[in-house]
Amino acid sequence: MKEQARAAVIVFPGSNCDHDAFFALRKIMGIDTRFVWHKEESLGETDLVILPGGFSYGDYLRCGAIARFSPIMKDVINFARNGGVVTGICNGFQVLCEAGLLPGALVRNEHLRFVCKDVYIRVENNDTRFTSQCSEGEVLKISVAHGDGNYIIDAEGLEELKKNRQIVFRYSDENGEISDAVNPNGSLENIAGIVNREGNVLGMMPHPERAMEDLLGKRDGKKIFESVINSIIQVNNYISAE
Amino acid sequence: MFKAVVTVTLRPSILDPEGKTVEQSLHQLGYGAVHNVRMGKHIELEVDAETESQARETVDDICNKLLANPVMEDYTFTIRRKEEAVKE
Repeated sequence: MKEQARAAVIVFPGSNCDHDAFFALRKIMGIDTRFVWHKEESLGETDLVILPGGFSYGDYLRCGAIARFSPIMKDVINFARNGGVVTGICNGFQVLCEAGLLPGALVRNEHLRFVCKDVYIRVENNDTRFTSQCSEGEVLKISVAHGDGNYIIDAEGLEELKKNRQIVFRYSDENGEISDAVNPNGSLENIAGIVNREGNVLGMMPHPERAMEDLLGKRDGKKIFESVINSIIQVNNYISAE
Repeated sequence: MFKAVVTVTLRPSILDPEGKTVEQSLHQLGYGAVHNVRMGKHIELEVDAETESQARETVDDICNKLLANPVMEDYTFTIRRKEEAVKE
């Protein structure tokens, strides 16, 4: 029985949350974690791919637009299309949208300012591989730090997201109330994170890897990592038992 | 060789907060007659190609793939032989 989960953190030029993600996975969650440089062409053996936050390629052209064509992305796309678990955080979310692994796009914050603060997000769907350790409607305290986190999608796409329960997190107040006043970036319907239709790819603007332990003031992000690692171990055990 | 000039703009349905801010500034300067300011990108590039239609095809391809994101942006471009472009 394989009880360990393995993770790969992709490093693009300009990634700056790669070490935070590595620390969260390796030191806090205790799983086998490697960095993978964007020029590599193969992910190697892994169960989870993290596209970290940062400013890949200096956000030139559009956030994530150039990283999306880094050599490693071919294998990331293959991995995702074959059901592999992928999480994109902040810039990673932007890269996933640019790569077409998630629908919609992230544009400049409505108020044009870079926003860096703690926010609350409400779990809209706890029946996903990324939120199984949360309860439905649970409010998580996590920080955001971005200039382009304003999620947009056309009306048809939004309907699809709702129909398939792909909206996973929405910005709320600490009681779970959703309003414009607590929307940090103008995001459509306060959307903070979505999954793809198949449920194996998550993109979110807030940083769960920065909310892992009381020492740093927040630990709600850990539930997301616990959820995804549990789901990987369960699937791996199921496969090896067959 | 051909020279192309690509213009990328946000789709009309997408709010353009940057354009709006510039518009407000223009109004403060007294240009109340100015409306609908939309920001965009201007990209110049050169393409090696035998014919204009080949160059056009290449530019269209790269606009779709990289220069614009069709989810939120539209693009247009003009193209002409490099020699003509230089003579100006």
